Amino acid sequence: MLELLSYGDTGWGDEILRGLAITIQLAIVTLPVGLCLGFMAAFASMSRYRALRALGFGYTTLMRGLPEILTLFVVYNGVGLLWNMLLKWWNPDAPGSDFSPFWAGVVALGMVFGAFACEVLRGAFNSLDHGQAEAGRAIGMTRAKIFRRIQLPQLWRFALPGLGNLWINMLKDTALVSIIALNDLMRMTSVAVGVTKQPFTFYLLACLLYWAMCILSELVLARMEKHANRGVRRA
Amino acid sequence: MHPIETLLDSWPKLLDGTLMTLKLTLMGALIAGLLSPGFALIRSHASPLAQAPLRLYISFMRGTPILAQLFLIFYGSGQFRPVLQEWGLWNFFRDPFNCALLAFALNSTAYQTEILRGGIQGVAHGEIEAARAIGMNRLKILRRVVFPHAYRIAWPALGNEVILLMKASALASVVTVFDLMAQTRRVFSRSFDFSVYLWAALIYLCLTAAFVLVWRLAERRLGRHILARQQPRPGAPTPRETQA
Repeated sequence: MLELLSYGDTGWGDEILRGLAITIQLAIVTLPVGLCLGFMAAFASMSRYRALRALGFGYTTLMRGLPEILTLFVVYNGVGLLWNMLLKWWNPDAPGSDFSPFWAGVVALGMVFGAFACEVLRGAFNSLDHGQAEAGRAIGMTRAKIFRRIQLPQLWRFALPGLGNLWINMLKDTALVSIIALNDLMRMTSVAVGVTKQPFTFYLLACLLYWAMCILSELVLARMEKHANRGVRRA
Repeated sequence: MHPIETLLDSWPKLLDGTLMTLKLTLMGALIAGLLSPGFALIRSHASPLAQAPLRLYISFMRGTPILAQLFLIFYGSGQFRPVLQEWGLWNFFRDPFNCALLAFALNSTAYQTEILRGGIQGVAHGEIEAARAIGMNRLKILRRVVFPHAYRIAWPALGNEVILLMKASALASVVTVFDLMAQTRRVFSRSFDFSVYLWAALIYLCLTAAFVLVWRLAERRLGRHILARQQPRPGAPTPRETQA
Protein backbone atom coordinates (compact mmCIF):
# COMPACT_ATOMS: atom_id res chain seq x y z
CA MET A 1 0.00 0.00 0.00
CA LEU A 2 2.66 2.50 1.04
CA GLU A 3 4.83 1.20 -1.75
CA LEU A 4 2.20 2.31 -4.26
CA LEU A 5 2.28 5.85 -2.92
CA SER A 6 6.03 6.12 -2.54
CA TYR A 7 8.20 8.58 -4.38
CA GLY A 8 10.12 7.26 -7.38
CA ASP A 9 9.78 4.68 -10.12
CA THR A 10 7.80 2.11 -8.18
CA GLY A 11 5.29 4.43 -6.53
CA TRP A 12 2.85 6.99 -7.77
CA GLY A 13 3.59 9.63 -5.13
CA ASP A 14 5.66 11.85 -7.40
CA GLU A 15 3.25 11.64 -10.34
CA ILE A 16 0.33 12.59 -8.15
CA LEU A 17 2.24 15.44 -6.53
CA ARG A 18 3.10 16.72 -10.00
CA GLY A 19 -0.59 16.61 -10.87
CA LEU A 20 -1.36 18.47 -7.66
CA ALA A 21 1.16 21.16 -8.66
CA ILE A 22 -0.61 21.61 -12.03
CA THR A 23 -3.98 21.88 -10.29
CA ILE A 24 -2.66 24.57 -7.94
CA GLN A 25 -0.95 26.39 -10.83
CA LEU A 26 -4.18 26.38 -12.82
CA ALA A 27 -6.19 27.74 -9.90
CA ILE A 28 -3.64 30.47 -9.14
CA VAL A 29 -3.37 31.59 -12.77
CA THR A 30 -7.17 31.59 -13.16
CA LEU A 31 -7.80 33.75 -10.08
CA PRO A 32 -6.52 37.11 -11.46
CA VAL A 33 -8.16 36.43 -14.85
CA GLY A 34 -11.49 35.75 -13.15
CA LEU A 35 -11.17 38.75 -10.86
CA CYS A 36 -10.43 41.09 -13.79
CA LEU A 37 -13.42 39.73 -15.71
CA GLY A 38 -15.53 40.06 -12.57
CA PHE A 39 -14.57 43.71 -12.05
CA MET A 40 -15.16 44.51 -15.72
CA ALA A 41 -18.56 42.82 -15.68
CA ALA A 42 -19.49 44.53 -12.43
CA PHE A 43 -18.58 47.95 -13.84
CA ALA A 44 -20.46 47.14 -17.05
CA SER A 45 -23.61 46.12 -15.20
CA MET A 46 -23.54 49.31 -13.10
CA SER A 47 -22.77 51.56 -16.03
CA ARG A 48 -24.78 54.55 -17.21
CA TYR A 49 -25.19 53.03 -20.65
CA ARG A 50 -27.97 50.58 -21.23
CA ALA A 51 -25.97 48.57 -23.81
CA LEU A 52 -23.16 47.95 -21.33
CA ARG A 53 -25.64 46.97 -18.62
CA ALA A 54 -27.31 44.51 -20.98
CA LEU A 55 -23.90 43.08 -21.86
CA GLY A 56 -23.02 42.58 -18.21
CA PHE A 57 -26.39 41.00 -17.46
CA GLY A 58 -26.16 38.70 -20.47
CA TYR A 59 -22.68 37.55 -19.57
CA THR A 60 -23.45 36.74 -15.94
CA THR A 61 -26.76 35.03 -16.74
CA LEU A 62 -25.21 32.91 -19.46
CA MET A 63 -22.15 31.85 -17.52
CA ARG A 64 -24.05 31.11 -14.32
CA GLY A 65 -26.68 29.09 -16.16
CA LEU A 66 -24.41 26.79 -18.14
CA PRO A 67 -22.69 23.69 -16.78
CA GLU A 68 -18.98 24.43 -16.28
CA ILE A 69 -18.06 21.41 -18.35
CA LEU A 70 -20.08 22.74 -21.30
CA THR A 71 -18.30 26.10 -21.03
CA LEU A 72 -15.00 24.27 -20.96
CA PHE A 73 -15.81 22.30 -24.10
CA VAL A 74 -17.12 25.36 -25.90
CA VAL A 75 -13.89 27.20 -25.11
CA TYR A 76 -11.63 24.24 -25.83
CA ASN A 77 -13.24 23.18 -29.10
CA GLY A 78 -14.64 26.54 -30.19
CA VAL A 79 -11.61 28.69 -29.56
CA GLY A 80 -9.47 25.95 -31.04
CA LEU A 81 -11.50 26.00 -34.25
CA LEU A 82 -11.48 29.81 -34.32
CA TRP A 83 -7.74 29.93 -33.70
CA ASN A 84 -7.03 27.50 -36.51
CA MET A 85 -9.31 29.45 -38.83
CA LEU A 86 -7.46 32.67 -38.06
CA LEU A 87 -4.16 30.92 -38.48
CA LYS A 88 -5.20 29.53 -41.87
CA TRP A 89 -6.41 32.97 -42.93
CA TRP A 90 -3.15 34.58 -41.82
CA ASN A 91 -0.94 31.91 -43.27
CA PRO A 92 -2.56 29.13 -45.34
CA ASP A 93 0.49 26.91 -44.96
CA ALA A 94 0.58 26.99 -41.18
CA PRO A 95 0.04 23.61 -39.54
CA GLY A 96 -3.13 23.34 -37.44
CA SER A 97 -2.30 23.65 -33.78
CA ASP A 98 -4.25 22.53 -30.76
CA PHE A 99 -5.39 25.06 -28.23
CA SER A 100 -3.50 24.24 -25.05
CA PRO A 101 -5.75 22.55 -22.47
CA PHE A 102 -4.14 24.62 -19.72
CA TRP A 103 -5.15 27.92 -21.29
CA ALA A 104 -8.55 26.58 -22.27
CA GLY A 105 -8.98 25.75 -18.58
CA VAL A 106 -7.82 29.19 -17.51
CA VAL A 107 -10.18 30.95 -19.92
CA ALA A 108 -13.22 28.76 -19.17
CA LEU A 109 -12.81 28.70 -15.38
CA GLY A 110 -11.92 32.40 -15.42
CA MET A 111 -15.11 33.22 -17.32
CA VAL A 112 -17.23 31.25 -14.85
CA PHE A 113 -15.42 32.79 -11.88
CA GLY A 114 -15.84 36.26 -13.40
CA ALA A 115 -19.60 35.86 -13.79
CA PHE A 116 -20.10 34.84 -10.16
CA ALA A 117 -17.56 37.41 -8.95
CA CYS A 118 -19.49 40.12 -10.80
CA GLU A 119 -22.53 39.46 -8.60
CA VAL A 120 -20.42 39.37 -5.42
CA LEU A 121 -18.67 42.62 -6.29
CA ARG A 122 -21.91 44.33 -7.25
CA GLY A 123 -23.46 43.33 -3.95
CA ALA A 124 -20.41 44.57 -2.07
CA PHE A 125 -20.46 47.85 -3.99
CA ASN A 126 -24.10 48.39 -3.15
CA SER A 127 -23.47 47.87 0.54
CA LEU A 128 -20.85 50.64 0.69
CA ASP A 129 -21.84 53.71 2.65
CA HIS A 130 -22.92 56.21 0.04
CA GLY A 131 -22.14 59.20 2.26
CA GLN A 132 -18.45 58.44 2.20
CA ALA A 133 -18.20 58.83 -1.57
CA GLU A 134 -20.14 62.08 -1.27
CA ALA A 135 -17.77 63.27 1.45
CA GLY A 136 -14.87 62.45 -0.84
CA ARG A 137 -16.42 64.48 -3.61
CA ALA A 138 -17.07 67.36 -1.23
CA ILE A 139 -13.37 67.68 -0.41
CA GLY A 140 -12.57 67.63 -4.12
CA MET A 141 -11.34 64.10 -4.76
CA THR A 142 -11.61 62.84 -8.32
CA ARG A 143 -13.74 59.78 -9.05
CA ALA A 144 -10.66 57.61 -9.55
CA LYS A 145 -9.23 58.72 -6.22
CA ILE A 146 -12.53 58.12 -4.45
CA PHE A 147 -12.58 54.64 -5.88
CA ARG A 148 -9.00 53.87 -4.95
CA ARG A 149 -8.86 55.39 -1.49
CA ILE A 150 -12.39 55.02 -0.16
CA GLN A 151 -14.38 52.44 -2.06
CA LEU A 152 -11.87 49.75 -3.02
CA PRO A 153 -10.47 49.09 0.49
CA GLN A 154 -13.99 48.60 1.84
CA LEU A 155 -15.17 46.69 -1.22
CA TRP A 156 -12.52 44.14 -0.35
CA ARG A 157 -13.95 43.74 3.13
CA PHE A 158 -17.51 43.18 1.92
CA ALA A 159 -16.60 40.98 -1.02
CA LEU A 160 -14.07 38.73 0.68
CA PRO A 161 -16.48 36.06 2.04
CA GLY A 162 -18.21 35.70 -1.32
CA LEU A 163 -14.96 35.66 -3.27
CA GLY A 164 -13.58 33.08 -0.85
CA ASN A 165 -16.47 30.75 -1.63
CA LEU A 166 -15.87 31.27 -5.33
CA TRP A 167 -12.20 30.45 -4.92
CA ILE A 168 -13.06 27.14 -3.26
CA ASN A 169 -15.61 26.32 -5.96
CA MET A 170 -13.06 27.12 -8.64
CA LEU A 171 -10.44 24.98 -6.95
CA LYS A 172 -12.86 22.06 -7.14
CA ASP A 173 -13.87 22.87 -10.71
CA THR A 174 -10.26 22.56 -11.84
CA ALA A 175 -10.86 18.79 -11.70
CA LEU A 176 -12.86 19.23 -14.92
CA VAL A 177 -9.77 20.01 -16.99
CA SER A 178 -8.73 16.40 -16.56
CA ILE A 179 -11.46 15.63 -19.10
CA ILE A 180 -9.68 17.70 -21.77
CA ALA A 181 -6.43 15.87 -21.07
CA LEU A 182 -4.53 18.28 -18.87
CA ASN A 183 -2.29 16.35 -16.48
CA ASP A 184 -3.80 17.71 -13.30
CA LEU A 185 -4.34 15.88 -10.02
CA MET A 186 -7.48 14.14 -11.22
CA ARG A 187 -5.96 12.87 -14.44
CA MET A 188 -2.73 11.69 -12.85
CA THR A 189 -4.91 9.79 -10.41
CA SER A 190 -6.77 8.19 -13.32
CA VAL A 191 -3.45 7.23 -14.89
CA ALA A 192 -2.35 5.63 -11.65
CA VAL A 193 -5.67 3.79 -11.43
CA GLY A 194 -5.22 2.49 -14.95
CA VAL A 195 -1.91 0.89 -14.04
CA THR A 196 -2.42 -0.24 -10.46
CA LYS A 197 -6.10 -1.31 -10.73
CA GLN A 198 -6.76 0.20 -7.31
CA PRO A 199 -9.43 2.77 -8.18
CA PHE A 200 -10.88 3.28 -4.72
CA THR A 201 -7.52 3.83 -3.03
CA PHE A 202 -6.32 6.39 -5.53
CA TYR A 203 -9.56 8.30 -6.04
CA LEU A 204 -9.92 8.46 -2.26
CA LEU A 205 -6.40 9.87 -2.11
CA ALA A 206 -7.32 12.50 -4.71
CA CYS A 207 -10.45 13.37 -2.73
CA LEU A 208 -8.39 13.75 0.44
CA LEU A 209 -5.92 16.03 -1.33
CA TYR A 210 -8.74 18.24 -2.66
CA TRP A 211 -10.33 18.21 0.77
CA ALA A 212 -7.05 19.27 2.37
CA MET A 213 -6.69 22.13 -0.12
CA CYS A 214 -10.23 23.31 0.62
CA ILE A 215 -9.75 23.18 4.38
CA LEU A 216 -6.44 25.02 4.08
CA SER A 217 -8.12 27.66 1.89
CA GLU A 218 -10.87 28.08 4.46
CA LEU A 219 -8.33 28.63 7.24
CA VAL A 220 -6.38 31.19 5.20
CA LEU A 221 -9.60 32.95 4.17
CA ALA A 222 -10.76 33.16 7.78
CA ARG A 223 -7.48 34.88 8.68
CA MET A 224 -7.78 37.21 5.69
CA GLU A 225 -11.31 38.14 6.73
CA LYS A 226 -10.14 38.86 10.25
CA HIS A 227 -7.37 41.04 8.85
CA ALA A 228 -9.74 42.85 6.49
CA ASN A 229 -12.09 43.62 9.37
CA ARG A 230 -9.39 44.83 11.77
CA GLY A 231 -10.48 48.48 11.56
CA VAL A 232 -14.17 47.81 12.10
CA ARG A 233 -15.73 48.71 15.41
CA ARG A 234 -17.81 45.92 16.88
CA ALA A 235 -21.10 46.65 18.51
CA MET B 1 -23.73 23.32 -41.95
CA HIS B 2 -26.31 25.89 -41.06
CA PRO B 3 -27.17 25.89 -37.32
CA ILE B 4 -30.86 25.22 -38.06
CA GLU B 5 -29.96 22.20 -40.14
CA THR B 6 -27.84 20.93 -37.28
CA LEU B 7 -30.83 21.18 -34.98
CA LEU B 8 -33.13 19.44 -37.45
CA ASP B 9 -30.53 16.73 -37.85
CA SER B 10 -29.77 16.04 -34.23
CA TRP B 11 -32.91 16.97 -32.31
CA PRO B 12 -33.93 13.40 -31.40
CA LYS B 13 -30.56 12.87 -29.71
CA LEU B 14 -30.69 16.22 -27.96
CA LEU B 15 -34.23 15.52 -26.75
CA ASP B 16 -33.16 12.11 -25.43
CA GLY B 17 -30.27 13.75 -23.63
CA THR B 18 -32.46 16.49 -22.19
CA LEU B 19 -34.87 13.92 -20.76
CA MET B 20 -31.97 12.02 -19.21
CA THR B 21 -30.58 15.23 -17.71
CA LEU B 22 -34.00 16.04 -16.26
CA LYS B 23 -34.43 12.52 -14.89
CA LEU B 24 -31.01 12.56 -13.25
CA THR B 25 -31.49 16.01 -11.76
CA LEU B 26 -35.01 15.55 -10.48
CA MET B 27 -34.41 12.10 -9.02
CA GLY B 28 -31.20 13.25 -7.36
CA ALA B 29 -32.85 16.35 -5.92
CA LEU B 30 -35.84 14.31 -4.73
CA ILE B 31 -33.76 11.66 -2.94
CA ALA B 32 -31.70 14.40 -1.30
CA GLY B 33 -34.92 16.21 -0.43
CA LEU B 34 -36.21 13.12 1.37
CA LEU B 35 -33.00 12.59 3.33
CA SER B 36 -32.18 16.16 4.23
CA PRO B 37 -34.97 17.04 6.75
CA GLY B 38 -33.85 14.29 9.14
CA PHE B 39 -30.21 15.23 8.82
CA ALA B 40 -31.00 18.90 9.22
CA LEU B 41 -32.80 18.14 12.49
CA ILE B 42 -29.74 16.26 13.73
CA ARG B 43 -27.52 19.16 12.70
CA SER B 44 -29.67 21.68 14.54
CA HIS B 45 -30.71 19.72 17.63
CA ALA B 46 -28.48 16.72 18.35
CA SER B 47 -25.51 16.76 20.70
CA PRO B 48 -22.16 17.72 19.16
CA LEU B 49 -20.95 14.14 19.51
CA ALA B 50 -23.89 12.76 17.55
CA GLN B 51 -23.32 15.44 14.92
CA ALA B 52 -19.66 14.61 14.37
CA PRO B 53 -20.12 11.93 11.67
CA LEU B 54 -22.65 14.07 9.86
CA ARG B 55 -20.35 17.09 9.95
CA LEU B 56 -17.51 15.00 8.57
CA TYR B 57 -19.74 13.76 5.75
CA ILE B 58 -20.93 17.26 4.87
CA SER B 59 -17.43 18.69 4.98
CA PHE B 60 -16.15 15.92 2.71
CA MET B 61 -18.97 16.37 0.21
CA ARG B 62 -18.44 20.12 0.10
CA GLY B 63 -14.66 19.98 0.04
CA THR B 64 -14.13 17.60 -2.85
CA PRO B 65 -15.01 17.94 -6.56
CA ILE B 66 -18.20 16.16 -7.64
CA LEU B 67 -16.19 14.60 -10.46
CA ALA B 68 -13.89 12.96 -7.91
CA GLN B 69 -16.90 11.72 -5.91
CA LEU B 70 -18.42 10.29 -9.06
CA PHE B 71 -15.19 8.47 -9.96
CA LEU B 72 -14.82 7.25 -6.40
CA ILE B 73 -18.23 5.59 -6.59
CA PHE B 74 -18.26 4.43 -10.21
CA TYR B 75 -14.67 3.25 -10.65
CA GLY B 76 -13.90 2.80 -6.96
CA SER B 77 -16.66 0.25 -6.49
CA GLY B 78 -14.72 -2.02 -8.86
CA GLN B 79 -12.09 -2.54 -6.21
CA PHE B 80 -14.68 -4.22 -3.98
CA ARG B 81 -16.27 -6.25 -6.71
CA PRO B 82 -16.11 -9.67 -4.97
CA VAL B 83 -17.68 -8.27 -1.81
CA LEU B 84 -20.35 -6.39 -3.74
CA GLN B 85 -21.14 -9.47 -5.81
CA GLU B 86 -21.52 -11.48 -2.64
CA TRP B 87 -24.00 -8.94 -1.31
CA GLY B 88 -25.82 -8.79 -4.64
CA LEU B 89 -25.03 -5.09 -5.04
CA TRP B 90 -22.71 -5.41 -8.00
CA ASN B 91 -25.51 -5.03 -10.56
CA PHE B 92 -26.37 -1.69 -8.98
CA PHE B 93 -22.83 -0.34 -9.15
CA ARG B 94 -22.19 -1.64 -12.65
CA ASP B 95 -24.74 0.73 -14.11
CA PRO B 96 -23.28 4.23 -14.64
CA PHE B 97 -26.71 5.83 -14.21
CA ASN B 98 -27.10 4.37 -10.72
CA CYS B 99 -23.61 5.51 -9.73
CA ALA B 100 -24.19 9.01 -11.05
CA LEU B 101 -27.54 9.20 -9.28
CA LEU B 102 -25.98 7.98 -6.03
CA ALA B 103 -23.13 10.48 -6.27
CA PHE B 104 -25.43 13.42 -7.02
CA ALA B 105 -27.94 12.43 -4.35
CA LEU B 106 -25.22 12.10 -1.70
CA ASN B 107 -23.67 15.39 -2.75
CA SER B 108 -26.95 17.25 -2.84
CA THR B 109 -28.01 15.79 0.51
CA ALA B 110 -25.00 17.43 2.12
CA TYR B 111 -25.79 20.85 0.63
CA GLN B 112 -29.54 20.61 1.23
CA THR B 113 -28.97 19.58 4.84
CA GLU B 114 -26.90 22.68 5.52
CA ILE B 115 -29.42 24.93 3.76
CA LEU B 116 -32.34 23.45 5.65
CA ARG B 117 -30.46 23.67 8.95
CA GLY B 118 -30.16 27.40 8.33
CA GLY B 119 -33.92 27.50 7.73
CA ILE B 120 -34.72 25.56 10.91
CA GLN B 121 -32.48 27.81 12.96
CA GLY B 122 -34.17 30.82 11.39
CA VAL B 123 -37.62 29.93 12.75
CA ALA B 124 -38.67 32.51 15.34
CA HIS B 125 -38.41 31.08 18.82
CA GLY B 126 -41.66 32.67 19.91
CA GLU B 127 -43.61 30.59 17.39
CA ILE B 128 -42.31 27.35 18.88
CA GLU B 129 -43.06 28.56 22.40
CA ALA B 130 -46.57 29.52 21.34
CA ALA B 131 -47.12 26.10 19.82
CA ARG B 132 -45.86 24.47 23.00
CA ALA B 133 -48.12 26.71 25.08
CA ILE B 134 -51.25 25.53 23.30
CA GLY B 135 -50.22 21.95 23.96
CA MET B 136 -48.84 20.69 20.64
CA ASN B 137 -46.51 17.74 21.02
CA ARG B 138 -43.03 17.82 19.51
CA LEU B 139 -43.94 15.97 16.33
CA LYS B 140 -46.84 18.26 15.67
CA ILE B 141 -44.70 21.33 16.30
CA LEU B 142 -42.18 20.07 13.75
CA ARG B 143 -44.87 19.29 11.21
CA ARG B 144 -47.05 22.35 11.62
CA VAL B 145 -44.67 25.09 12.76
CA VAL B 146 -40.97 24.39 12.31
CA PHE B 147 -40.83 22.79 8.87
CA PRO B 148 -43.32 25.05 7.08
CA HIS B 149 -41.33 28.06 8.25
CA ALA B 150 -37.96 26.44 7.63
CA TYR B 151 -38.88 25.51 4.06
CA ARG B 152 -40.17 29.00 3.36
CA ILE B 153 -36.91 30.52 4.61
CA ALA B 154 -34.72 27.98 2.81
CA TRP B 155 -36.72 27.89 -0.44
CA PRO B 156 -34.64 30.27 -2.60
CA ALA B 157 -31.38 28.64 -1.49
CA LEU B 158 -32.82 25.19 -2.18
CA GLY B 159 -33.72 26.34 -5.68
CA ASN B 160 -30.13 27.46 -6.24
CA GLU B 161 -28.94 24.07 -5.09
CA VAL B 162 -31.20 22.23 -7.55
CA ILE B 163 -29.87 24.43 -10.37
CA LEU B 164 -26.31 23.67 -9.29
CA LEU B 165 -27.24 19.99 -9.30
CA MET B 166 -28.56 20.26 -12.83
CA LYS B 167 -25.30 21.84 -13.93
CA ALA B 168 -23.35 19.15 -12.11
CA SER B 169 -25.44 16.43 -13.78
CA ALA B 170 -23.56 17.23 -17.01
CA LEU B 171 -20.61 15.44 -15.40
CA ALA B 172 -22.48 12.15 -15.72
CA SER B 173 -21.52 12.30 -19.40
CA VAL B 174 -17.96 11.46 -18.34
CA VAL B 175 -19.02 8.05 -17.01
CA THR B 176 -21.05 7.27 -20.17
CA VAL B 177 -24.50 8.29 -19.02
CA PHE B 178 -26.12 9.65 -22.17
CA ASP B 179 -27.41 12.95 -20.86
CA LEU B 180 -27.61 16.18 -22.85
CA MET B 181 -23.88 16.85 -22.53
CA ALA B 182 -22.93 13.36 -23.70
CA GLN B 183 -25.28 13.48 -26.69
CA THR B 184 -23.91 16.88 -27.61
CA ARG B 185 -20.35 15.63 -27.48
CA ARG B 186 -21.34 12.62 -29.55
CA VAL B 187 -22.86 14.79 -32.25
CA PHE B 188 -19.83 17.07 -32.21
CA SER B 189 -17.32 14.25 -32.44
CA ARG B 190 -19.07 12.91 -35.54
CA SER B 191 -19.64 16.14 -37.44
CA PHE B 192 -17.21 18.67 -35.90
CA ASP B 193 -20.17 21.00 -36.14
CA PHE B 194 -19.68 23.58 -33.43
CA SER B 195 -23.24 24.91 -33.44
CA VAL B 196 -24.51 21.83 -31.61
CA TYR B 197 -22.76 23.18 -28.50
CA LEU B 198 -24.68 26.41 -28.86
CA TRP B 199 -27.97 24.50 -29.09
CA ALA B 200 -27.03 22.54 -25.98
CA ALA B 201 -26.25 25.79 -24.19
CA LEU B 202 -29.63 27.15 -25.22
CA ILE B 203 -31.39 24.03 -23.91
CA TYR B 204 -29.57 24.25 -20.58
CA LEU B 205 -30.51 27.92 -20.29
CA CYS B 206 -34.16 27.15 -21.06
CA LEU B 207 -34.21 24.38 -18.47
CA THR B 208 -32.75 26.75 -15.87
CA ALA B 209 -35.16 29.53 -16.79
CA ALA B 210 -38.20 27.22 -16.66
CA PHE B 211 -37.06 25.87 -13.32
CA VAL B 212 -36.55 29.35 -11.86
CA LEU B 213 -40.08 30.24 -12.96
CA VAL B 214 -41.67 27.14 -11.39
CA TRP B 215 -39.67 27.62 -8.21
CA ARG B 216 -40.75 31.23 -7.91
CA LEU B 217 -44.42 30.27 -8.31
CA ALA B 218 -43.98 27.71 -5.54
CA GLU B 219 -42.24 30.33 -3.42
CA ARG B 220 -45.18 32.63 -3.82
CA ARG B 221 -47.51 29.83 -2.78
CA LEU B 222 -45.43 29.03 0.30
CA GLY B 223 -45.37 32.67 1.35
CA ARG B 224 -48.94 33.56 0.36
CA HIS B 225 -49.91 34.59 3.91
CA ILE B 226 -47.07 37.10 3.99
CA LEU B 227 -47.69 38.34 0.48
CA ALA B 228 -51.37 38.90 1.28
CA ARG B 229 -50.42 41.03 4.26
CA GLN B 230 -48.00 43.15 2.27
CA GLN B 231 -50.18 43.98 -0.71
CA PRO B 232 -53.91 43.66 -0.15
CA ARG B 233 -55.80 42.57 -3.21
CA PRO B 234 -58.09 45.20 -4.68
CA GLY B 235 -61.45 44.87 -3.01
CA ALA B 236 -60.15 42.55 -0.31
CA PRO B 237 -60.77 43.66 3.25
CA THR B 238 -57.74 45.18 4.93
CA PRO B 239 -56.48 43.45 8.08
CA ARG B 240 -58.06 46.14 10.23
CA GLU B 241 -61.51 45.61 8.72
CA THR B 242 -61.30 41.87 9.30
CA GLN B 243 -60.47 42.44 12.93
CA ALA B 244 -63.47 44.69 13.42
